[in-house]
Amino acid sequence: MFVKSSALAFVLCLAPTFAFAQGAAKPTDPQIAHIAYTAGAIDIEAGKQALTKSQSKEVRAFAESMVRDHEAVNKQALDLAKKLNVTPADNDTSRSLAKQAADKKAELARLNGAAFDKAYVANEVAFHKAVNGALETLLIPSANNAELKGLLQTGLKLFQGHQQHAEHVAAALK
Amino acid sequence: MAPRWMFLTMLALIGPGSISAHADTIQVIVDRLAFSPTEVQAKVGDTIEWVNKDPFAHTATATSRAWDVAMAPGHAARLTLTKAGVEDYFCKYHPNMKGRVTTVP
Repeated sequence: MFVKSSALAFVLCLAPTFAFAQGAAKPTDPQIAHIAYTAGAIDIEAGKQALTKSQSKEVRAFAESMVRDHEAVNKQALDLAKKLNVTPADNDTSRSLAKQAADKKAELARLNGAAFDKAYVANEVAFHKAVNGALETLLIPSANNAELKGLLQTGLKLFQGHQQHAEHVAAALK
Repeated sequence: MAPRWMFLTMLALIGPGSISAHADTIQVIVDRLAFSPTEVQAKVGDTIEWVNKDPFAHTATATSRAWDVAMAPGHAARLTLTKAGVEDYFCKYHPNMKGRVTTVP
């Protein structure tokens, strides 16, 4: 029994909450823009959900900053796409991200109080970690346009900050 | 070369307090999730002005919690230093943003 449950726990640990398509072809700039925008939109939605459910001052302050920052960076992304005359292109990675986010949102909707707070913040840590990994290893190296690359690099610093902030909130909730 | 007495007379006229009493404003630019310069040296009475060029809200929060300065996107915020010492600070919203203020009496 112990062996079985610890083996399952091990598998769950290995499975990230948000997985980026592995071995996919190098994304184009319009696809990168769409992936980055989708990731931002997902976190805005998650923050709004937290603001309707959480009573914790710290969790609410965190959620507010997520909504505020991701709205600001997505506005920059849209402005840049317009300037460069690029139409963000839907793709497997952004579709998969959106699907995973919808599932997570439904899962979080069933939780309340401290259970919700913990699950939301834990997911924020995992989500930002996954997005930062994708930015570092796939999206930034694949970006052709210098301005897009620059925005993604700023995005990476911003999301690394969010990951640390989420880790601090998670530690405070324990 | 001016004689030594002239120099001493000038010092006496200026007065010993007036040199250090002059308070400066030291600017720190906040851009793309970084404080620049990261480290500043100041005197008690000086003012630090953080100029936030990002479209994001930031803070300059002392690790000791001695001060906590909020900066709206695209705005500046100021802090007058009242105590000597070394304060490390960070942004509450983006704790990967770090800086240090060293204040001498």
